[in-house]
This record gives sequence, structure tokens and C-alpha cells, in this order.
Amino acid sequence: MASIANDLPVASTHPRWLIPAALLAIAYLVIPFVGTSYLFEAILLPFLALSLAGVGLNLLTGYAGQVSLGSAAFMAVGAFAAYNFNLRVEGLPLVASIVAAGLSAAAIGIVFGLPSLRLKGFYLAVSTLAAQFFVQWALTKFGWFSNNSASGVIDAPPLGVAGIGFDSAAGRYLFALTVVTVLTFLALRLVSSQTGRNFIAVRDNDTAARIIGVPVLRTKLLAFAISSFIIGIAGVLWAFAYLRTVEPAGFNLDRSFQVLFIIIIGGLASIRGAFFGAALIVVFPLVLSRLGAFFLGDIFDSGVRDMSQRIVLGGLIILFLVLEPDGLVALWDRSVRRLGSVFGRS
Amino acid sequence: MSDFDWLFFTEVLVGGLLSGVMYSLVAIGFVLIYKTSGVLNFAQGALLLFAALTFVSLVERGVPFALALVVTFALMVVIGIGIERTVLRPLTNRPPITLFMATLGLSYVIEGAAQLLWGTQVHALDLGIEDIPFDVGGVFISQFDIFAAAVAAGMVALLSIFFRYTRIGLAFRAVADDQFAALAIGLRLPWIWATVWATAGLVALVAGLLWGARLGVQFSLSLVVLKALPVLVLGGFDSILGAIVGGLLIGATEKLAEVYLGDYFGGGIESWFAYVAALAFLLIRPSGLFGQKLVERV
Repeated sequence: MASIANDLPVASTHPRWLIPAALLAIAYLVIPFVGTSYLFEAILLPFLALSLAGVGLNLLTGYAGQVSLGSAAFMAVGAFAAYNFNLRVEGLPLVASIVAAGLSAAAIGIVFGLPSLRLKGFYLAVSTLAAQFFVQWALTKFGWFSNNSASGVIDAPPLGVAGIGFDSAAGRYLFALTVVTVLTFLALRLVSSQTGRNFIAVRDNDTAARIIGVPVLRTKLLAFAISSFIIGIAGVLWAFAYLRTVEPAGFNLDRSFQVLFIIIIGGLASIRGAFFGAALIVVFPLVLSRLGAFFLGDIFDSGVRDMSQRIVLGGLIILFLVLEPDGLVALWDRSVRRLGSVFGRS
Repeated sequence: MSDFDWLFFTEVLVGGLLSGVMYSLVAIGFVLIYKTSGVLNFAQGALLLFAALTFVSLVERGVPFALALVVTFALMVVIGIGIERTVLRPLTNRPPITLFMATLGLSYVIEGAAQLLWGTQVHALDLGIEDIPFDVGGVFISQFDIFAAAVAAGMVALLSIFFRYTRIGLAFRAVADDQFAALAIGLRLPWIWATVWATAGLVALVAGLLWGARLGVQFSLSLVVLKALPVLVLGGFDSILGAIVGGLLIGATEKLAEVYLGDYFGGGIESWFAYVAALAFLLIRPSGLFGQKLVERV
């Protein structure tokens, strides 16, 4: 009997919104007051921006099954579009330019999603690289996008909503947190809606999806559009809230892979997974460089650090694919269940 | 258009075709692995970097040319077997896209290891072939390019003979056709995969040396995969012939576009032109030039 009792879900003891609500309360009410600027600048801001990019890519790759290697391109479109809307449209509120940036990224996403109507699998994955190279080239080549600054560098405008400035480290954190919270909530709603189920149907078997009446082509394009919208806004956060000064080269192929790694490590087809993955991707290089400096001392210079980071990151990817294909989320859920059953018995 | 310079056109075309051969060299490594295990091996570029870097570092340390070649090849074989053991075997029967992501991780590991081992500075590689352009009826052709083309042709011939006339080649084709059937008649899949990866390592070594002699041996060498991918898309992932023809087509159109259309776009279009060209072609023929027709029920 005991074993049966152990299999019962423990999560039913509290409502599902309890943990996210508690985390949000801590994020809004505690962290802004106790966090140091290092915590905001080096950990939380990149974490928030990358989490959001992960959420966006997860909608496309995890839910709708279309692998994209061009996420960084859509981040770049978002960042540069927001910059230009802010610069060129007089009196446009910041929030409006961010939404417009997301819409621009969505439009570009639809264009580069068009091959998905004919291509699948690897052929599609490779064709998304076209977005990566084309966007980076266009942003560097045409000075208009960066207001003719040298090598396409843009500086973020001051962050402010309705006259309240958010330019301190804690302020930018709160700004990013709010954007991420709103969009994550929308993404959660989306995946449990009819559209979200259409995504999954297209991913699992598009023939079957078509037979039961899912508009496959429209669903694919919609997935590209929504995903690019979210990734574009993640790009705005990356540029405006985190780095403050970005150039097109910052949105290179490595960044695209980074976002892809986030959803593999965190867990495909899981909104929470993007946050787990981003946390690991942001924190692990910091930990690794600390550990390396501690144990190896002077041998561990920046070159060695970068290379060993690459090795460990690549190794982690393989390890996760082999041992835990469902990512950190599955690991977490299992641990929680174990712990729950241990405490439940005592 | 009356004063269209045909000589110049031919020169650009030939240059493009020859640089296309270099793309094909990289693409063949992909095709080998895709044919036999259905994996798009993103780590091919990293293998190429690793091979070239190992070779050049050995030569710089006074190891004779031939010995360095043998040692590097031996190392590539060991890596091939290692990859089969640690990555492919645990991931058998997983969806192809999972395997693709694993090779992405693999490429990070190999790139990191290569540079951790041998350093990140640029090495010059001299294969002893002088790069003097010579004159064929008014068109200048680089001697080095001809050499590269000859090597590529030789390698394709060897691989074709190997695939067609040897028992191992037959086993490769059997695995490519149907993994389960191959297993059922007693072919040892792990051994075959290790051999295939070792062969891909050899291709990577040859391509790495040629590309290395051209660009210098450095990190950016692993980025030549990005040049090979449109070639694969165009030629089909599972056709060696496709890799050659695709390479030639991409090389030629890329150079011609750069010279004749580049000005309209402000130059530098080679970073994406190959992709767009391949995409445009795919919209008409989704399985590439020579790729297997996928049986789609949609």
C-alpha cells in the first residue's frame, strides 16, 4: 500500500499558482531591496532576457516542432527595431516601441518561416540559418539601422514608463522582470489554448493534424510569428536593459545556439524549462571561472577559461540528451516528488 | 551588353567553380555520416579544425610531414570510435533532430579541446604547392585551386569505388538503406558507425589541410561548415554526387553574384547569398538535386 501512496501526485496539496506567485512575490518585493548591482547586472538581467528568448524558441521548437537556428537574428531585429522606433517616431512611448519591435520581429519571422511550408527537419533547420546571416549582414551593412554609427553599434535610450525612470540596475531589473512576467503569462495561456494544441498536433504528426482539421500551414507560420515576437522583445531587453550598448555582431550564431541550448537543457516543450535552462547557462560560466581560478590559479587565464567553458557546455548538452532528454524540468519534478514522498511519509 | 567581358566572366566562373570544389570537400564529410546514420553531423567543421590544428602543430614541433599525417589520421580514428561509444550508442533510436543537437554539443567539445590543446593562435600551413596563377587561353587559374580540385576528384573516386566494390562499402550501403535489416542480417552497427566516423575524420583531415593552407589554421576554419550547409541543402544530404554538383553550383553562383550583383547590395553578400540561392531552389525541389525523395503522405 505504501508504494501506491507514493505514486500519488504530491502537488495536489497546494494550488498550481502558489509556487509561481511566491517566486514573483520574492522577485518583486525582496530582491530589489537586497540585490547588489553585480547580481542585477551579471546574473539577473541576462537571465531574464535569455529566459524570454528561451520561452519564444520553445514555442516554435518545443511545441510546434520547427527547429530554428536563427534566434539571435530575431533578437537583433527586435533590438534594432525598438531603437529605430524610439529614435525616429517623435513622442512614441517606450512600451509602444517595444511592442512595435516585437511586431517587426514577427513580420521577419513569418518571412523566414515561409520555407517551413515546404521543408522539414534538417532542411528547415539549415534554412533558418539564412535568417541568421542575412539579418546580421543587413544590420551591419546599412548604416540607417544604427543611425550611421560606427560598425552598427547602438546605445539604448533611457528606460522610462509614464515619466518614471528605470535606469538604475534595480530599475532595469524590475522593468525586464515585468516584461518577462507578462509575456510568460501570455505564453502559458497560449500553450493551453486551441492554438497551443494545434502546435503540438503539427509537431507530433502533421498528417494526422491535417486530417482532424488543423490548418497546418497557418499554424506553422503562426508559430514562427509568435515565437519571433517574443524573441524580438527578448532582444530588446538584451539590448536596452542588460547591455545598454549592442552591435549586430553580438547577435551571432553562438547566441542562437545559446538559446537553443537553453531549451534543450531546460526541457523542450516546457515554459518553465526555459527559465531553468537560462539560469544554468548564465550561472555556469561564472561558477566555472571561479572554480577554475580557485583550483588552477594562474594557468586558468581567459583563453583557457573560454575553451574549457566550450568543452563543458558541449559536454553538458550531450549529457542531457543522453541521460535526461526532458531536461532540468524533468529532473526537478522528479526530485520534488521524491522529497515530497519522503516528507509525506514521516 | 555588347561590350560584355566574356574573358572576365569565364575567369570569375572558373574561380567560383574551383572554390565550390572546396565546399564540396567539406560537404562530402557530412554526406558520409548522413548516408549511414541519418545524422546531420554539425561537428564536421570542428573535426576539420581539430585535424588541421593537430597536423600543423605536429609539423611545427619538427615531426616529419608523412608521420604527422599518419598520427593525425590515427587520432581521427580514435575520435571516431570515441564518438560512437559516448554519443551515438547511447542515443540509438532517438529522433534525428536529437542526434543533430548532440553533434552541436560535440562540435563545442571538439573545438574547445582542439584549442585548449594547441592554443588559439593562427598557424600558417604550407603544403609545398606554389600558388602561382597560370594562363589558360587568357584566363588565369590558380594552381592551388587545381590541386585542390584534383584531390577532391581523387577522393570522390576513391569513396565511390570503396562504396561500390568493397564488402565494408556494401555494409555501409546496407546500413544506409535500412538499419534494422542490416542489424537483422548480423552487421555490427557500432563497428560500422565507428568506421564511418573515422572515414569522415579522414575527409576532415584532407579538407582541413586544403582549407588551412588557404586561410591559415585557426578557429574560423570550423566555420567552413556554414559554407558547406547550403551545398548540402542544394545537393541533398545523402548524395556524394549531389555534394559535388551542389558545391560547384554554389561556388559559381556565389562568385558571379558577388561580382555582378554585389554592387547593387553594397557588397559582402557572400555570407548569405548561398543560403538564399539554396532556399530558392528548394522551394521548387524540396529534396534537393539528388536527395532521396521523401515519401510524404501529406
